[in-house]
Amino acid sequence: MTLLDVRGLTVRTTDGRTLVDDLSFSLARGERLGLIGESGSGKSLTTLAVLGLLPDGMTATGGIELAGTQIVGAPEKRLTAVRGRDAAVVFQEPLTALDPLMRVGRQIAEPLRRRTGLKGAELARAVAFALEQVRLPDPERIARAFPHEISGGQRQRVALAMALACDPKLLIADEPTTALDVSVQAEMLELIDTLVREREMAVLFVSHDLAVVAKVTDRALVLKDGRAVEKGEVRSLVGAPREDYTKALVASARRLESALDLRSTR
Amino acid sequence: MTAEPDAETPVPDTTTPVLELADVALRYRGGADNVVEDVSLTVGAGHSLALVGESGAGKTTLLRLLLGLARPTSGQVRFDGAELSLRDREQMRRFRRSVQCVFQDPYSSLDPRRRVGATVAEPLRSLGIDSRATARPKVAEALERVGLPADAADRYPHEFSGGQRQRIAIARATVCTPRILLADEPVSALDVTTRVKVVDLLAELKQEQGLTLVMVSHDLSVVASLCERTAVLERGRVVEQGDTAQVLGRPAHSYTRRLIDSVPRLPV
Repeated sequence: MTLLDVRGLTVRTTDGRTLVDDLSFSLARGERLGLIGESGSGKSLTTLAVLGLLPDGMTATGGIELAGTQIVGAPEKRLTAVRGRDAAVVFQEPLTALDPLMRVGRQIAEPLRRRTGLKGAELARAVAFALEQVRLPDPERIARAFPHEISGGQRQRVALAMALACDPKLLIADEPTTALDVSVQAEMLELIDTLVREREMAVLFVSHDLAVVAKVTDRALVLKDGRAVEKGEVRSLVGAPREDYTKALVASARRLESALDLRSTR
Repeated sequence: MTAEPDAETPVPDTTTPVLELADVALRYRGGADNVVEDVSLTVGAGHSLALVGESGAGKTTLLRLLLGLARPTSGQVRFDGAELSLRDREQMRRFRRSVQCVFQDPYSSLDPRRRVGATVAEPLRSLGIDSRATARPKVAEALERVGLPADAADRYPHEFSGGQRQRIAIARATVCTPRILLADEPVSALDVTTRVKVVDLLAELKQEQGLTLVMVSHDLSVVASLCERTAVLERGRVVEQGDTAQVLGRPAHSYTRRLIDSVPRLPV
């Protein structure tokens, strides 16, 4: 059953530049898709369009159907109902996603309260549970902390807990580990993989890094300058890329990676 | 004091290291603990050293010490064998001429209101090497060396992509033919295809100009492609250092091993 159906999505600026050009893809329930591309490829705009969050001065045309709701052209009220319930997002920079002046617990409580109507002690328990789910140690302490008082990796876990709070059917992750250290990144990818599997959620995973995408998704779409270049299994995209751009992307990644291998075999 | 070697023709001195940290510790004013502690590192002329580790490990702090932007609480920073003293004007002049740096973010490290040519010429002017007119051919040469078009000098930073901006930053840092280049995560903000090109450019400069490179990076594959020696930092201390092949190929410390194992690999 199709959860997300993007048909001929085109994003233009008011001065007429086309940033996403006639993009189509679909995602079934529980399915995972990677969007791979370099800066300016339109991968982030695509995810924003799916949530109806395009910045001012940009308009989307085409069709985006998310769990039965047509997103393009929908009024704000209908979009608010969709966000969090049908799809939620984790961005690259957890500091910008979190309110610096609000304790972490309250930020998670807000969507939870709206969604479940819980109050008081029950709500506090639900918040602690949400933080436990993303394997944060000492959830009571974290709930009382302000975003600047916890580490970058912990912040990104909080952002993930917020995204998962309303049990969305689709998790959109836009470069969720790019700002993190490698060992923290490895844990985060593992966590996303596990949580999404347990909840049978669909994932739209955006990254410039083929190796990172391969950790979470099986299928991927390669974007360049707002257009789809190639689509397929991550393994075959990496093992036998067909298009020149994908070949260049894989070759660059392989070259950097091989620097590590040559040395270790010696 | 002997006459300083001409910056145009660096004389590689193989006996004394060009830069050295000896038992360095740094504690910020009012801080309870040392940010870095017991750090001893040497960088030989024409060699390259990578400082790797995770955020908060003290990589950038060490770079700031090596740049003379911070003074160690204890221990010494030595340049050409002599302790770096911010008061010694003659030494500082020699130091500023010899050492240049490139930062991580090519968007914030270039003045948006200055033409690229003026930014690249800045070290030549502030070091008193050239006037505006005599700097021009050197700027053109530096821009050409990093693979930018000749008309780049007359344009503004916003007209360039991230990779091109990092090339501009490298042109600015190398225009006065420094002996040492300190680079703080020089390719982390770049796309993979651009990253490979900038890594190649740095390797070329190292090869052709005998540039000494000290690089801070959390990207082990970039370190492995560029640096002969690697020092691994964990919470302000060097836990392991040596030849990159040794450190990354046969890591002795569990922290180094964990870093290497965490690097995501392409599916085979």
